[in-house]
Order: sequence, then structure tokens, then C-alpha cells
Amino acid sequence: MSVRTVSQLQKGEKAVIRSFSDRLMSLKLLEMGCVPGCEVRLDAVAPLGDPICINVGGCYSLSLRLNEASTIEIE
Amino acid sequence: MKQENIKIALVGNPNAGKSTLFNALTGLRQKTGNFPGVTVEKKSGTFRLVGGSGQPDRDVTVVDLPGTYSVYPKSADEGVVMDILANPKHPDYPDAVIVVVDASNLQRNLLLFTEINDLGLPTILALNMLDVAASMKLTVNAVQLAMQLNVPVVKINARTGEGVPILQQAVSTLVDKKEKPSVKYFYVPKGNEPALIEEVKSLHQLDNDYVALQYVCQHDNFSFLAQPVRAKLDGLIEKYEFDETGFLAEETIARYKTIKPIVDKAVKSEGISEQPLWTRKLDKILLHPFWGYVTFAIILMVIFQAIFAWASYPMDWIDENTAALIGWTKEVLPAGVLNDLLTDGIMAGIGGVIIFIPQIAILFGLVSLLEESGYMARVMVIMDKVMRKFGLNGRSVVPLISGVACAVPAIMTTRSISSRHERLLTILVTPIMSCSARLPIYSILIALIIPSTKVLGIFNMQGLVLFGLYFLGLAGALVSAWILSLFIKRTEPGYFMLEMPTYKLPRWGHVGFMMYDSVKSFVLEAGKIILAISIILWVLSSYGPSDHMEVAEKKVVMSMSSASAEERGAAVASARLENSYAGNFGRFIEPAIRPLGYDWKIGIALLASFAAREVFVGTMATIYSISGDSEDVLTVKQRLVQEKNDQGGPMYTPAVCYSLLIFYVFAMMCMSTIAVVYRETHGWKWPLIQLGYLMVLAYVSAFAVYQLMS
Repeated sequence: MSVRTVSQLQKGEKAVIRSFSDRLMSLKLLEMGCVPGCEVRLDAVAPLGDPICINVGGCYSLSLRLNEASTIEIE
Repeated sequence: MKQENIKIALVGNPNAGKSTLFNALTGLRQKTGNFPGVTVEKKSGTFRLVGGSGQPDRDVTVVDLPGTYSVYPKSADEGVVMDILANPKHPDYPDAVIVVVDASNLQRNLLLFTEINDLGLPTILALNMLDVAASMKLTVNAVQLAMQLNVPVVKINARTGEGVPILQQAVSTLVDKKEKPSVKYFYVPKGNEPALIEEVKSLHQLDNDYVALQYVCQHDNFSFLAQPVRAKLDGLIEKYEFDETGFLAEETIARYKTIKPIVDKAVKSEGISEQPLWTRKLDKILLHPFWGYVTFAIILMVIFQAIFAWASYPMDWIDENTAALIGWTKEVLPAGVLNDLLTDGIMAGIGGVIIFIPQIAILFGLVSLLEESGYMARVMVIMDKVMRKFGLNGRSVVPLISGVACAVPAIMTTRSISSRHERLLTILVTPIMSCSARLPIYSILIALIIPSTKVLGIFNMQGLVLFGLYFLGLAGALVSAWILSLFIKRTEPGYFMLEMPTYKLPRWGHVGFMMYDSVKSFVLEAGKIILAISIILWVLSSYGPSDHMEVAEKKVVMSMSSASAEERGAAVASARLENSYAGNFGRFIEPAIRPLGYDWKIGIALLASFAAREVFVGTMATIYSISGDSEDVLTVKQRLVQEKNDQGGPMYTPAVCYSLLIFYVFAMMCMSTIAVVYRETHGWKWPLIQLGYLMVLAYVSAFAVYQLMS
């Protein structure tokens, strides 16, 4: 089974960040508080299916594009 | 005893309340918003530290630096932060830094704090948004935090001003410390890096490891390093096989590892923390597939209604009063060249500027209201996918909406778009959005050719055409972005990643200041140009080569000896204008604009409005020699209706009017916009490409419209 990513989360589903598949993107994500081990939850999907809004560590809401979310691998 | 001024800088994540604290500290109001990157321009202010026990009073200068998530910049405005903090010779280099952190999101906020601390600058941590943290059932122990971080920590509430005097006192205590304490680094590099850092330190006489590391990582962003110096650093990177991306990821993860136990000790959580309930409820509606767009459409309609309907009352009032004032001045002062210059040139020019004040104030007030409340971030989310289809970014929505008022501030807001490619496209197409300066042109031409009839019982036909022109501007902007994106190659992936702030009640004082500030900069910046053009135009149309004008005047007087004095006066003015410098130029460019249906008189107005579109109606008024109230649309309109072309038919046929309308939708007739694009893109390449592209677009579409309709 291939690795699941944040872009495949269902609405309301929670997951823990494991690693990143894109090095450049991971820098930005790390700065925004998406650290391996941190719990995220899919909160909302924009009307056209992209971008999505995730809750990061229960702290705040982050909006990102699907292609950005697909670089975040989850457990 | 320190006599000189103390300088401090405010640093912090976007949405941490940095700009609000700036206002609370200095009392100087400025623009604050809820979406990342709104604090783009440098804002500075001062507060007074009252001395005591032999100390004199001192002034502290506060600089509000752009919000950023780390010291490594991701967009143009974030680059400012390190360009100042890594350069002790910079005029804004601070004696101390206040790092503002959002207590409800401590872990992520502390990342930036540890980086700033490692730069070796005296640092104070201002713990803000404790009320939000409390609503998320989080309590933060400030004393524990101060002990762990080894810096002063001050609890504040930037919105209410609570804790601000204590923060000011902490600044004073910190800068008065005799010796600089040695830096306690939160991150210590391993492997090859220490050797690399040592070499950079000795090369640039630096005493701080982390500053040296910044020289390595971002020397291309440092304006204070010359090209050969940068090349040398590139050489060092190769020598030590320094892998920047890998290193940065490692550094950030290591920092979080250090931060985590600190946060765990200082923050107590009771139950599951969660964003405030009303934010989640509002998001359900505002991000809804259907209601989200409906809400956005209604908000846009309200903005339009405000700019075009509500603003018309104060605008009419300004119009009447400037006209009255000009008439009065004309009568009171002795007649002559000076009187003409003052009334027809300068006062008419100023009148043309101040008439836009209501529209600009209303638009900027509404836009800042949307930013303040946190709604703008949601607009970016629901619009991102649509904008991406055209090569733009969800963040491009703000410049495009602001472009309806004026392209100059709109282009400045593009600095928050981190992708250079998407930012450039946004800059290039924003001027196609119909700005408020086009409105007088639209209104007069529409009034000329469109009957004021009702359509479907509720819509006014003129209003519909006006809306159509605005829609054409938006469509033109989006399609142009798509076409340009085919030619301008993307060099890096576009980011969207956007923090969604919680919804907040707007602070009315800030909205009011925002309106005041935008009006002030409009009147000063655009006003200068419009004023200058008015004077130049007056001179060019009042004087002509040798005695051509006098000869023409004599001819008219002779041939019209039987006509009334008023008619003769108008004909004389017309003949003089035709033989003035401006008239000569109009005649010169006439062949080029003939295919669009324009004559030399329109040519003069086109030429004059190259500097600023606002000038068009005023120029038409001057050209058609209207005596008295030159800004009154009705009189200009009446004169245009009577204007005859060469064949004796009416000059302003629907074909000519539509051709002119379309021309003004696309043409880039604004020197201020060209200047701001030059400044934002650092060169003449893009403003010239943009000018050329839009001129061709305007010319071709106006040509097509005229040829199809006549």
C-alpha cells in the first residue's frame, strides 16, 4: 500500500504527520508548524475542491493547495 | 548615561498582533490586517521613556518589521527583516528587538523567537493573545517561559494596551545593561558547518555564529553585500559542500526539538484545545460551496454600490463647490494670464484630484474592514483555484479588488505573494481592472450614447453598461494573465499556504486611519502629477508657435463679425487651441488615431491623459472651449452632442464612443502606475512590456469596435 498523504484525508479525519516528500515544500511546512509527530485534521475543503483547510496541532487553521498537502505523508 | 535615541524593532509571525502592538506602543495609528503580509511598508513611530533618578527622558524609535514565520524569507516583504537585522550599519538596525508571539500557538511562534535570539540581539518576548489561548483552554506560565528562554517575557494584550507600560520599561532596562550577555544559542550546527561558520566569521569580522550562517544562506538577499563578496561566499559553499535545503530542514526540526520541552513546561492545557467556536461556525458558511460564493458576490456588490452610488453624493457636493470657487476666484482676481493659470490650470487640476476622495476613502475603508475581520483570507481560499487557472494565486484577489480604486496601492499589496512568477503576473494585469480614474470617462461617454431606460423593470441601462465595462476589465485582466503565463516561464513552484486567522471584530479606529492614510497618499502622490499635467496642458494649449494663434484669432473675428459675442468668443478659443502647441500635436497624431474614429481634439485629450486618465474629461472641457464650470459633466456632454465631424454629422457617434470606452478599459494611461511597477520589479523591462502590451491591446480592440460599428 502506498503512503497516505494529507491530501487524501476525509473531512474531519485526524492523522499524524510522518514525513515530507518534497524538500523545498517541507521547509515552508516546517516553518508553519507542520512538524513530524504533529496531529492534523482536515477541517474544510474550498468550494472547488482545492485548496483545503487543516487544523495544525489543535493550534490554528492552515489553508494549503492539494499539491502542497500531497507532500505531507501521514501515519 | 545614554543620550542618543534608542531604536527597537518589532518582529513576529503574521497575525500575532505585531501591528496592533505597534499602535499601542506609539499611539500612531496605521494599517493592520488579518492576512499575512499586510505590513509591507516600513512603519515607524516613537514613544517617550520617562527617566528617573538622574536619567533624562529618552525617545524610543519603534520600527514595525514585516510579519514572517522565520528569518529565511519566502516573499519580497519578508526579505526586509534580515536585510536589517544582519546589518549593524543599517540605519534601522535596532538596539533591541521585541518578538511578539501568539500565546495560543506558542510552539510555532517560538521558532522565529529562537532564531532572532541566536542573532545575538538583545531580545524581549511579548506574550500576546493570552485571551485567545484562554478561550482554547490554554494557560501560559510567563515566569517559567522567561527562565527557560533566558530573556525577559512580558504578558501583553495589544488590543487593550494591557502590559504595554511594563514592556516599555523592560526595553529601557534591557538597553541600559552595561555588558552584552553572551549569546545562548538555541541551535548548534554540526558536521561541516562549524568550520564554514568560522571561515565566514573571520572573513567578515563577525562575532556571531548565526549571523555568519545567514551570510552563507541568504547573501543574495542582503542588499549590503557587494557582488564580489557574494561570489566569494558562493565559493565557500562549494568548498564545504554546504547543502542549503537539507541544512535548513535539519535546523528547523532541531529547533522544534529544543522548543517542545520548553512549551510543554510552560503551557498547561485543560481539555482539547480548539479554534473558537464562532470561527468554525462562520467558516462553515463562508467556505461553503454555494453560500461561500453567494456571500462573496453580495459583498462585492455592496462595495460597488458604495463606490458608485453612495460616493456620488459627496462627489457632487465637491464638484459644485470647486466649480463655484473657481467662478468666484475668476471674478474676484484681476483678469489676465495669472488668473487663467490659477483658475483654469491649477484650481481645475486640484478639483480633478479631490473629487476622487470619497471613492478612495470608501473603497479602502471597506477593504481594510474585510482584512481586519479575517474574511479576506477566506476569499483567497475560495478564489485560489479559479485564479490558478489563469496563472495567478488566491492572494491575487486583493490586488485585483483594490485595483478598482487605484492600481498604485493595489500593486503594492502584491508583495505578499511569495511566488515571483505569480506576483509578476498579478502586477502586469492589475492595471486592466477599471480604476476609479476611468469612472468620469465612462460616465460621460455612457451618458452620451446610452438612454437611461429601465431593463427588466429594475436595472438601469446605463448602470448595466457600466457594469459591463468593469466586467470587461476583469475578464481582460484574467485572460491577459493566462496569455502572459504562456510566455513568462515559471521558475519556481507557486505557494499558497496561508494561515487562516480567527474572525475578529474590526477596530474602527484602524479602519478610519486606513481611509485617512489612503486618501492622504492619493492626494499627495497622484495629486502632484495631475496638478503638473494640468499646468503643462494649460500652457501648451494657451500658447502656440510664433504668431499662428493670433493670426487664426483675427481670421475668426473677421469671418464671424455678424455672430453674437458669445458665439464668437467660443469660436475664437477653438481656433486658438487648434493653433496652439497642443493643437499642433493633436494634428500630428491624428493619422494614427483616425482608424479608431478619433479627431485631433480627442488626440489632445488622449495625449494629456497619458499621464493620468483623470485628466481626460477636464481636457475635453478645455478643448471644447467651455466657459465657466469646466468640470460639470452636463455642459461637457451638451457640447459633445453638438460637436460635428468633418462631414458635418455628429462627431460622437455610438461607434466613436464605444471605441473610446474600450480604449480606456485597456490602455495603461497612468504615469504613477508605470512608476510603481518600475519600483516593484526593479527595472524598466516589465513596465515597458506592460505599457506596450496594453497599448496594443487597447488600440486593436478600439479599432475593431469602431470598424465593426461604423
